[in-house]
Amino acid sequence: MDSQEALPPPATTPEGYSPPVGFREELLRGMRMAIPLAIAVFGFAVSFGVVARAADMGIVAPIAMSLTTFAGSAQFAAASVVGTGGGIAAAIVAAVLLNSRYLPIGISVAPAMTGNAVKRFLSAQLVVDESWAVGHLGGGRYSRGRLLGAGVVVYCAWVGGTAVGVLGAQYVGDPLRFGLDVVSPVLFLALLKGQISDRRALVCALLGVAVALSLTPFASPGVPLIASTVVCLLGLRK
Amino acid sequence: MSGVWLAVLLVGAVSMALKAAGPVLLGGQELPDRMQRVVALMAPTLLAALISTQIFASGQSLTVDARVVGLVVGAFGVWRNWPTLLVVVLGTAAAAITRLITG
Repeated sequence: MDSQEALPPPATTPEGYSPPVGFREELLRGMRMAIPLAIAVFGFAVSFGVVARAADMGIVAPIAMSLTTFAGSAQFAAASVVGTGGGIAAAIVAAVLLNSRYLPIGISVAPAMTGNAVKRFLSAQLVVDESWAVGHLGGGRYSRGRLLGAGVVVYCAWVGGTAVGVLGAQYVGDPLRFGLDVVSPVLFLALLKGQISDRRALVCALLGVAVALSLTPFASPGVPLIASTVVCLLGLRK
Repeated sequence: MSGVWLAVLLVGAVSMALKAAGPVLLGGQELPDRMQRVVALMAPTLLAALISTQIFASGQSLTVDARVVGLVVGAFGVWRNWPTLLVVVLGTAAAAITRLITG
């Protein structure tokens, strides 16, 4: 691992942008920032484990899925498809739609993803909603250290929670019952507050909500999210 | 191979490919200026869209339930600049209590 990684200089210097420090500091910072999110992720993972067990996926397969897929909504969809005897094709289509937002997310972090192709491939696996939100420095610039630090913490919580869920399915109820399902939206809201740097960002956030909610009743889960990113094209205007 | 393992394998492959596409194909390079301005808007847009669907969507229907109470309480704390952990605990508690009361 490179200890000193120079991020490219920002094209614009938005407020709140602090010059990047060493990779190690950023890694630790990302880990620290991700801890509250990891608690929510752990709860979701336990819930996934319980659901997967109920869907007759066994013990090893759900854990293997968390290790490789590492995307909550796609895994819930796959478990419910398998549980209801649906086809493999339906599970894959759901996964593609639910994870389609990772294409634009991947493009947004690409400039920060240095190193050879294998290293970039592996680092990219740690980029999920939570680590992506934590890794944003502002103005569309991302810190690789923060992304990876947050990603590792969230990954451990996801895999560990899945194991707890499948092994303890008969002892734990659905943890979402305790209000854990509002942890991540509330944390995202706290992060969002720092991202509204100007009028255009505010307009985009509001339009994103409008697009996502208005499509929810008509489109498959996941589609409203990828559709909302279309409003970012407002950035093409000077 | 059983259907379950085939699903694990294929869903995993698809998810890994979607996440890797950007960083593998464009990694370490500066995005063109216009593209960078678009990308700068992604965090506010997608975070707002994620929050709204996590709170109001239940599958394909829109609902108003205990989650909204949790978010409103959390939003108040975020607005008042209370410590993040406190805000999260209050939001979670508000949603859980609402569920207890409304059954």
